[in-house]
Amino acid sequence: MNSPYIHQAPSVSAIMLKVLLALVPGIALAVWYFGPAILVSLVLASLTALATEAAMLKLRGRPLKPFLGDNSALVTAWLVALSIPPLAPWWLVVAGVAFAISIAKHLYGGLGNNPFNPAMIAYAVLIISFPAHMTHWLAPHGLGTIELDLTSQLRYIFSGVLPGGTALDAVTAATPLDTLKTQLHLERPVKEILEMPVYGYLAGKGSEIVALGYVAGGFYLLLNRIITWHVPVAFLGTLFAVAGIFHLIDPGQYVAPLFHWMSGAAMIGAFFILTDPVTGPTTPKGKLVFAAGAAILTYVIRVFGGFPDGVAFATLLMNLCVPLIDTYTQPRVFGEKGGKK
Amino acid sequence: MRALHHFHGGIHPEEHKLESSGLPIARAPLPQRLTLPLQQHLGSRAKAVVQAGDRVLKGQLLARAEGEMSAAVHAPTSGLVLSVDLGAVPHPSGLPDLCATIEPDGEERWIERATLDFCALPKAELLVRLRDGGIVGLGGATFPAHLKFDLKPAQAIRTLVLNGAECEPWITSDDRLMRERAAEIVQGIEILRHLVNPAETLVGIEDNKPQAIAAMRQACANTGIEVAAIPTLYPTGGEKQLIKVLTGKEVPSGGYPLHIGVLCSNVATAYAVHRLVNCGEPVISRLVTVTGNVRTPQNFEALLGTPIEDLTKLAGGALPGSADYILGGPMMGLHTSNGRLPVVKSTNCIIVKSPQLFPPLPPALPCIRCTRCADACPADLQPQELYWFAQARNFDKIRNYHLFDCIECGACNYVCPSHIPLAQYFRFAKSEIRALEHESAAAALARERYEFRQMRIERDKQEKAEKLAQKEKAALAARQPAAAPVAPQDSSTQARIQAALERAKAQAAAVTPKNMDALTPQQQAEIAEIEARRARARELAQAQDIPHNSNNAD
Repeated sequence: MNSPYIHQAPSVSAIMLKVLLALVPGIALAVWYFGPAILVSLVLASLTALATEAAMLKLRGRPLKPFLGDNSALVTAWLVALSIPPLAPWWLVVAGVAFAISIAKHLYGGLGNNPFNPAMIAYAVLIISFPAHMTHWLAPHGLGTIELDLTSQLRYIFSGVLPGGTALDAVTAATPLDTLKTQLHLERPVKEILEMPVYGYLAGKGSEIVALGYVAGGFYLLLNRIITWHVPVAFLGTLFAVAGIFHLIDPGQYVAPLFHWMSGAAMIGAFFILTDPVTGPTTPKGKLVFAAGAAILTYVIRVFGGFPDGVAFATLLMNLCVPLIDTYTQPRVFGEKGGKK
Repeated sequence: MRALHHFHGGIHPEEHKLESSGLPIARAPLPQRLTLPLQQHLGSRAKAVVQAGDRVLKGQLLARAEGEMSAAVHAPTSGLVLSVDLGAVPHPSGLPDLCATIEPDGEERWIERATLDFCALPKAELLVRLRDGGIVGLGGATFPAHLKFDLKPAQAIRTLVLNGAECEPWITSDDRLMRERAAEIVQGIEILRHLVNPAETLVGIEDNKPQAIAAMRQACANTGIEVAAIPTLYPTGGEKQLIKVLTGKEVPSGGYPLHIGVLCSNVATAYAVHRLVNCGEPVISRLVTVTGNVRTPQNFEALLGTPIEDLTKLAGGALPGSADYILGGPMMGLHTSNGRLPVVKSTNCIIVKSPQLFPPLPPALPCIRCTRCADACPADLQPQELYWFAQARNFDKIRNYHLFDCIECGACNYVCPSHIPLAQYFRFAKSEIRALEHESAAAALARERYEFRQMRIERDKQEKAEKLAQKEKAALAARQPAAAPVAPQDSSTQARIQAALERAKAQAAAVTPKNMDALTPQQQAEIAEIEARRARARELAQAQDIPHNSNNAD
């Protein structure tokens, strides 16, 4: 036995549990605005994650108990489920989560060793392979021509059949970011576009409130010292700055920065995705560089790229840079030259 | 009030000080046997000056300091030296070391205790007295005091820091010492001040020891010594951290406090210096906190060499469910199951363990790079990176990430959610690197020697060749101008050869072959005939050879 003999820290499993807990307000608001289908996705994703994790651990000859109990697979599963349209067919969630856990996590060595955020890898794979399924988001409460109850949502997820000749378009809609992009292509000015019924106070109706739910969860993580301020502040700050500059140059063409904050995966990205410790940098300065880079990439992909949202690809691209960022942002060591005397 | 500074990181473990700090210091009775390791200090082992069967007095020298870095060991009581032999010692390696075992005679007869007038003594002489009095850092590092306080003329000390922080949980021996013997500590500090002549003298005590602070403040009144209450935060008692907190200065990476004009010493060391100089008593005892899973935790003044289980018995005995001991604090102490281990100069605390007080850790999980360790590190290191390199045995990289600035305080282990034994990895990497350096130094020496040998062989060869060439040249030079004087020498040689040949011939003529004895007259006639024929043939041959020979001679 070696010193120290005392220890006091939340376990990995407790940390991951808090992350799951912090997602709850956002999920609750999503249920309120878009119906309970997301809960089905979450359950499917969780079951798939645990099954895949167990299978991979067995294949790799690792003990099941400590790893299955660490809750990290559930965090990945929930993030995948939240990035897929709730009404997507059941196999889309299953395929995404299974890919995230088996390929993006375990093939790289499992917990702590994956260079890329597994949930974002799953999102990237799905949006490239099944672009149509990935863009059919449920219209918020009160906007769709028809609203489905839980049973019809369930039936559609598992059998692909909508009740009584309803067309899929009647219950789904493109995301607010997507709509903005399409409408801008039609040469409509931003101001006019934002008056469409799909938009609320700042951004997409419903989704902007869900984003606030994620902010609340983020503050919970900050207060519990699960995450530090560096990533959210640098990400949101840079996103605001970049969007602000473009908005000032041409408000008719570029939406206000707050729209970018409250749209798409900006908030869940700032507090839950880019803050993943495994795939992010470890130094305080590195976290700032990493998050600022991700914000710039997110903006570029959203505004000039071909995909509706940019957070996933921005995260993956910045994940690539982490070793470099860490190497060049090492803090000064106690007693090292260059500091105050 | 002094403006205090901060160091990065640190942790707040449960203090557990109140258990043992309430009762006054008790004197531990004489044990049946005392075991004194000859190495109780940093550096080389002391050399025994007694042997089995010797009678010793209390305070008598058992082993003298040997080598540059060493300190003396003394008999804690009068009695009989039973043996000087290998025995179990408190050391992380678990390897036995030389120990003197003493059986007390119970009379406690002292050597002649001579006090020193330290102001009259030359400083060099005083330092020798410290070495021979066995004074080492009693905070735990056991660095010989005579080396720490040996200043070169160019080295000026601005600040003398006395460490009374006692930041490790459970330990209260310095606390009790400061509460009860503050005046004596201050007398010791005065001796140290005399030695290094600092511009300021500071005593740093964590603010969880208000009584100790009050006692020290009272004792320091009108001395110019300043007592600073510092925030309780592990590891404030680390030398570098304490200096940072009190002065704002950082000991340079890889350097010593001396390099920034600071010296740091433990309050218990100052007390020991006082006892040596003002009472004539070498280091033969120390304060030990006995706490943990015992009935009445308390501080004892114990003779060095007392078995630790004797002390736990004095503290009311171990409670049910006890298992093993920690020597020192729970953050940096040494784990042992051997209750016979002796108290040594570094033993400030004995904690009796139990699974309730010190629950075993669950198995380690992979690192998730959460950087709680980096947030807790008082040396501003990145333990998660060091861990990665230590695992990969990437020793070049790990040095670049300042492994050797790690003070092994264990704060990173304490906060790791994956329960990774980070400090162990760092100790392992350090010892591996030291071993590799040792090996490569040995290899470099061997290579140097080999190359020197090769060079020497080559040089000898060349010298031989040169000598030969010189000889030949000399011979050649000698032959040409001096052909005439050589000739007579030659002729004389030839004459000698000629003479020898003739002597041989005469001898041959004188000797007759043995098979020629007792021959018949007929046989003799035949031989004569043959001989005659041979002689004629020789004559003929010689006649033909003459011209040939003469040609040859030309």
